[in-house]
Amino acid sequence: MSTSIISVRNVHKWYSGVHALKGVSLDFAPNEAVGLIGDNGAGKSTLINILSGAQPASEGEIMLEGKPVKINSPRDAMDLGIETIYQYNSMVPTMSISRNLFIGREPLKYSMFGLGVMDRKKMAEESVQAIAGAGLHLRSPDALVGELSGGQRQGVAIARAMHFKSKVMILDEPTNHLAVKETQKVIGFVRSLKELGITGIFISHNIHHVFECCDRIVAMARGEVVLDKRTEDTNMKEILDVL
Amino acid sequence: MKKDRQKVKRLLKIYMEKPELAALVLLVLLIAVFQIQSDGIFLNANNLRGILGILPEIGLMVVGVTILMICGEFDLSVGSVFALMPMVMAVLLADGLPFIFAFLIGTAVAAMIGFINGYLTIKFSIPSFITTLGMLFIARSLTIVVSGGFPPLLPNELPTWLFTAFVGPGDIFRMSFLWFAAVVILMSLLMNRTNFGNWVRATGGFLPAAQAMGIPTARVKIACFMLCSMLAGFAGMIQVLRLGSPLPSIGEGWELQAVAAAVIGGTALAGGVGTIIGGVIGAVLIRVIDNGLVLSQVDANWFKFAIGFLTIFAVVANAWLGKRAKAIKLET
Repeated sequence: MSTSIISVRNVHKWYSGVHALKGVSLDFAPNEAVGLIGDNGAGKSTLINILSGAQPASEGEIMLEGKPVKINSPRDAMDLGIETIYQYNSMVPTMSISRNLFIGREPLKYSMFGLGVMDRKKMAEESVQAIAGAGLHLRSPDALVGELSGGQRQGVAIARAMHFKSKVMILDEPTNHLAVKETQKVIGFVRSLKELGITGIFISHNIHHVFECCDRIVAMARGEVVLDKRTEDTNMKEILDVL
Repeated sequence: MKKDRQKVKRLLKIYMEKPELAALVLLVLLIAVFQIQSDGIFLNANNLRGILGILPEIGLMVVGVTILMICGEFDLSVGSVFALMPMVMAVLLADGLPFIFAFLIGTAVAAMIGFINGYLTIKFSIPSFITTLGMLFIARSLTIVVSGGFPPLLPNELPTWLFTAFVGPGDIFRMSFLWFAAVVILMSLLMNRTNFGNWVRATGGFLPAAQAMGIPTARVKIACFMLCSMLAGFAGMIQVLRLGSPLPSIGEGWELQAVAAAVIGGTALAGGVGTIIGGVIGAVLIRVIDNGLVLSQVDANWFKFAIGFLTIFAVVANAWLGKRAKAIKLET
């Protein structure tokens, strides 16, 4: 299995006495869209938090393209090419699209100790490219994110991940709180990741959404993987039964 | 034709979304009213000299408070730090320490207070309203303790001119105004042009997103607390040098005036929104009202009424303008 882009080996997580992850092992192939489903408390969010650097694993190993890696912070994950789009939306509504695209990764003209003057011209140019690259139609990168619809915001978040050439994109319940039409847009984005050579991990409560856009489905319950099949080899009933 | 109309609409939308607009309009109106009411005395050189001479003292404090509020936090201790920093300096100067060292130690004390405010707020996740309310009393008490009840006299050979001398055409500014202008420009650049400014806005705008994007939000907040405290201390030093003696009671009630100025200038209490220049406009407004009421021979007790009215009015006006701006639909 040397072809896996990201591998999780026997990962455990304890929260003050609660065993939230009980030795999870998973492999994600390059270019694959994987749906991760499970009820509340099944451990899917914990797994995602570990991969995105929000929490450390208590035990176990994570490998990126076969090499063991340490992910101690969101920054580490981003530097390794793992980008996470959260359900609560990873955008700051009071800031412009272009500023949002580069939060924490601003191109600098000159800098000392990591602080410096932003290259605003480069930011403006690249944000136009990034937005167009994701197939979004937006008036201008100077518009405030707060003025965009929920689906458009997720689109900008996805454009950001694409712009920074991430290898793995984790979408944590991106369709929550979205209107039907907007949901379809986000599902379209997940489908298009394949053409861009990005591995997508799509977390959802909604089995229908997962079936619509994923190649493979992983179901979790009580901190363990209870099902891991190609989408065409399973059906909704089987998944509902194991959850 | 249609393109032109879109252009006008876009400009209108951009300006209506500027949070400092309402304050600027008010300022221009008030200056006009006071100029007429005072029979043209308001804008003469003598009076301007009075306004601009005192403005930097509240202004510097407002700049710090504005940055901290954009970062999503709050500092009620600035009025006390305003008194403590120069008192520490005065005691050290009376002991024969050179000005520059007394200045550096005084600034370090202010920075330390800012650090404690920030550290406690973040470490124990308590509202900064509480931490800095406590610090308001602590720093004020320390000011009196340090002075030993009898404020020391300032030595004669201080570089006072560096902060209080009159300069400019018609001697219209004090040196303090130049310091103030330099700080305003520097802090505006910091907020608009540097990645740090971007992080401050993101941290105050939506904390979970800032954290998810790997911004060291705790350090950003603590830096803002320290900056705010140091600017308040610097402002206090300027006032003490102008008055020629360190009084333990200076700056009382200024913390709320500073918040009012920031809010009048369009800074949101919830964080993420605001500009340095807005805060400056707010500070100018407060000085203008204080001075203008006297010149118009209105009972000076109306001053606080006016500040209170303006604070509420500015926020309501901003909310209204923002809503109108949102209603202007542009092609997407």
